[in-house]
Amino acid sequence: MSDVLVDIQNLSFSRGDRPIYRDMNMQVIRGKVTAIMGPSGIGKTTLLRLIGGQLKPDSGKIVFDGLNIPTLSRAELYQARKKMSMLFQSGALFTEMSVFDNVAFPLREHTRLPEALIRLVVLMKLESVGLRGARDLMPAELSGGMARRAALARAIALDPELIMYDEPFAGQDPISMGVIVRLIRELNNALGLTSVVVSHDVTEVMSIADYVYVVADKTVIGQGTPEQLRADPSPLVQQFLKGEADGAVPFHYKAAAYEDELMELTK
Amino acid sequence: MTARKIEILVGAFIVLSCAAFLMLALKVANTGFSGSSQTYTLYAKFDNIGGLKVRSPIKVGGVTVGRVSSIELDRVSYTPVVALEINAEYSNFPETSSVAILTSGLLGEQYVGLLPGFVDDTVLMLANGDTIEDTRSAIVLEELIGQFLFNRGN
Amino acid sequence: MIANKLQLIGQQALNSVSGFGRAGLMLFGAIVGKPNIRKGLPLLIKQLYVIGVLSLMIILVSGLFIGMVLALQGYTVLVKFGAEGMLGPLVSLSLLRELGPVVTALLFAGRAGSALTAEIGLMKATEQLSGMEMMAVDPLRRIIAPRFWAGVIAMPLLALIFNAVGILGGHLVGVEWLGVDAGSYWSAMQANVDLYQDVLNGVIKSMVFALIVIWIALHKGFDAIPTSEGISRATTQTVVTASLAVLGFDFVLTALMFGG
Repeated sequence: MSDVLVDIQNLSFSRGDRPIYRDMNMQVIRGKVTAIMGPSGIGKTTLLRLIGGQLKPDSGKIVFDGLNIPTLSRAELYQARKKMSMLFQSGALFTEMSVFDNVAFPLREHTRLPEALIRLVVLMKLESVGLRGARDLMPAELSGGMARRAALARAIALDPELIMYDEPFAGQDPISMGVIVRLIRELNNALGLTSVVVSHDVTEVMSIADYVYVVADKTVIGQGTPEQLRADPSPLVQQFLKGEADGAVPFHYKAAAYEDELMELTK
Repeated sequence: MTARKIEILVGAFIVLSCAAFLMLALKVANTGFSGSSQTYTLYAKFDNIGGLKVRSPIKVGGVTVGRVSSIELDRVSYTPVVALEINAEYSNFPETSSVAILTSGLLGEQYVGLLPGFVDDTVLMLANGDTIEDTRSAIVLEELIGQFLFNRGN
Repeated sequence: MIANKLQLIGQQALNSVSGFGRAGLMLFGAIVGKPNIRKGLPLLIKQLYVIGVLSLMIILVSGLFIGMVLALQGYTVLVKFGAEGMLGPLVSLSLLRELGPVVTALLFAGRAGSALTAEIGLMKATEQLSGMEMMAVDPLRRIIAPRFWAGVIAMPLLALIFNAVGILGGHLVGVEWLGVDAGSYWSAMQANVDLYQDVLNGVIKSMVFALIVIWIALHKGFDAIPTSEGISRATTQTVVTASLAVLGFDFVLTALMFGG
């Protein structure tokens, strides 16, 4: 068994005429937390969907656990997906079911466990995210942070090998942000998961990631452990990490020269 | 809402629709499941069938005993041949019977009136596939008016 | 200028063809394959409740009133010809052949169809469908299929109930209020209504309408742009498209069934 769980090789993907990725390479090491950072709108979520097989790349390989995802048949893809799970930005809890049923959903769909055992597993998973007491609530009654934790319990219900977090910190208050940071780290260590975190929250990501990729301009522009990355000479990486308004990524959306457009008025 | 309550309500919904169907089938539609009852077919040739249609009723003294099952044109004589599907309950019509195309009321639908003929030892009963010889065609109002005017002209 | 117009027409034609293709694929994915009775039946019952039982009230009330109005309107015309004995056939045939299937389908599109579109559109917008897919559960089989079958089953049943209630409503006004003889109301009805020709053709009609309405509703939801604006537009489109399609197909079916 190799150390690399997800191996992305020479990936190119475009949406319509707009290229998103060009010739990108990336590896996710088993048992580690790998973070993918980058400015908004560069298709970080798209990358997770590509790994999950919901989108097909134009070219390149996405190897998950020895299987090249884009070439799998539908049935094989569904089999592969049982070994991965994804935590969506919104949580994506099923609104028509209680928290308990949400967590039980993958178990009921994919296993033939007796109801008593399902209950046991669900309570265990809910306990690990601290929501055992909230099992009878409906998703609409949960706060944003709680919904995300409930969704996390659902994501680990089948004990996947890979868990992908799509912007887990976005729109969270400091306390629930702290809770989620702790959960990602703890679950990764306790369950032997491999985690991929997609985010643009630099501080949180740098605190939990073992390895970080910075993606911009359709490809990887910097990578390494958080320490290595802080020492990265690339101005783009530095601008992103420090959050400077202007720099390698210009403040202004590309436009004609300002003076010229002003002059047009006086013509 | 518990699963049990939902199941009960869905069950009630289906029972209600079955009741609706039964009401439509038995109380609204004619003769219940008429299609399944036994029938036999007689034929009759008319000169003119007027407004007679497939599924027009066949009546004996006002009682419906069957329906017209098809209307075709005889290729040799070019006269319409009407197939009469008659309920097997009413099977003993003598071959002296006559049929006429009549109209219910002044503006009503046209139907086939069957008049049973006399019976004696020489007369056979009509059986499936037989043809009734004695027929009277539909009265066509335009022809009637035409004749009336023609006669007056004389 | 003309080239632009032509391009616009071409674009729209291509869009509608590809939309139709996507709708077909969706339906194909949802209903082809081995159904799982153990998991599918509870889901189907749940949807029969949501789609069928919850639409019952509007069907009962409108059926009753339409039957009553038909009797009232029909009576004022028939009584001029002294033909109020034909009130029964008038009410029952209009309901069974035409109004039952059509009005049920229109009400169904408004009540259940729009709700389905909004529900599925919202599930898409909140990534529930994506999430399900990532959990290796096919949303077509899990979400679309039970709703489709529930709709196809529920609508003919609703139409039958609508017809029965409408005829009773006609009885209420015609017999109880306007004084048409009860015997002639029911017997003239029996003499003129045929089980196969009228009742069952009506049921076939409403099955076709069910297929159309539910298909459009599910497709519009599934294909909605996952924003609040996109969902509200999809919901409107469901009601408009489904209603027009029902009326159009009604003409075709009527011509096929009763025209010849």
